[in-house]
Amino acid sequence: MARDADFVARFHLAYTYKRSTGPVIGRFLTSLREGRLEGVRTASGEVLVPARAYDPRDGRATTDAWVDVGPEGTITTWTWIDAPAAGAPLDAPFAWALVRLDGADTPMLHAVRGPRAAIATGARVRAVFADHREGGIRDLSCFEVIP
Amino acid sequence: MSEPVQRVLGPVALDYTVHAGSVTGAFLEALLDKRLVGRRCPSCAKVFLPPRGACPTCAVPMPEAVEVGQRGVVTTFSVIRIPFDGQVLTPPYAAAHIVLDGADTPLLHIVGECDVDTVRMGMRVEAVWADPIEPTLASVRYFRPTGEPDVAWDAFKEHLG
Repeated sequence: MARDADFVARFHLAYTYKRSTGPVIGRFLTSLREGRLEGVRTASGEVLVPARAYDPRDGRATTDAWVDVGPEGTITTWTWIDAPAAGAPLDAPFAWALVRLDGADTPMLHAVRGPRAAIATGARVRAVFADHREGGIRDLSCFEVIP
Repeated sequence: MSEPVQRVLGPVALDYTVHAGSVTGAFLEALLDKRLVGRRCPSCAKVFLPPRGACPTCAVPMPEAVEVGQRGVVTTFSVIRIPFDGQVLTPPYAAAHIVLDGADTPLLHIVGECDVDTVRMGMRVEAVWADPIEPTLASVRYFRPTGEPDVAWDAFKEHLG
């Protein structure tokens, strides 16, 4: 009984999910792969980025009108990450931020590269695309603050 | 790469640490002596193996340790024939609920040293220990058939629920 504290086990639990995007997210990601940011217009005229099949405000299906947005935008809120976890989009400290791209009415969650002092609500940022893109959200590496 | 995107990979992973605690700790420590030790409920008298700190039916602590037998009965089983990520054993293999002699709850383990097609409900099996022994349930490598006559359905049906 005295050795209870010795019985400690480390576990690694992982799942290799593959998900269907559906046509709307699929088109959004296809555009990302081409290095472009697109939003979709709702029935009430707003532009959703990331694109969605339904308007979360009223539940109506979004239209098939696609709108180019960005590549610049504005930080609407953020939190600073001093010690990025394994699998984080950036290895160095960065900010998770909601970025409302120019031309969009909704903000999207993504990483913004530091330095910490440059991150602020209202700061202007620009999309940084990955050199090698394969049709996923990481085709957009991060945003960087425009000096 | 000109095809529209239709699928994305979404791997998720979690790294965590489990501390056995006093009840499972005592169970693991007994494994080092090749003993299987459960806990008996003071209210319903059922013996839980693997042990738990409290009876889930009576909601009372179970301080009494009870050593159970190394032989038992397969109450139900499944033959795994397909591979999957992280699989430790090579298919086909049989995973079974085994109620050890003196226990009232099933232990999930592997049935080995026989053709998977011969594994059946009511089959008598016994523990085969690994060498060396470590404080994990993998120290029982698997359970193998004892060759004893099968147990009648009526004798173990209460342990299936």
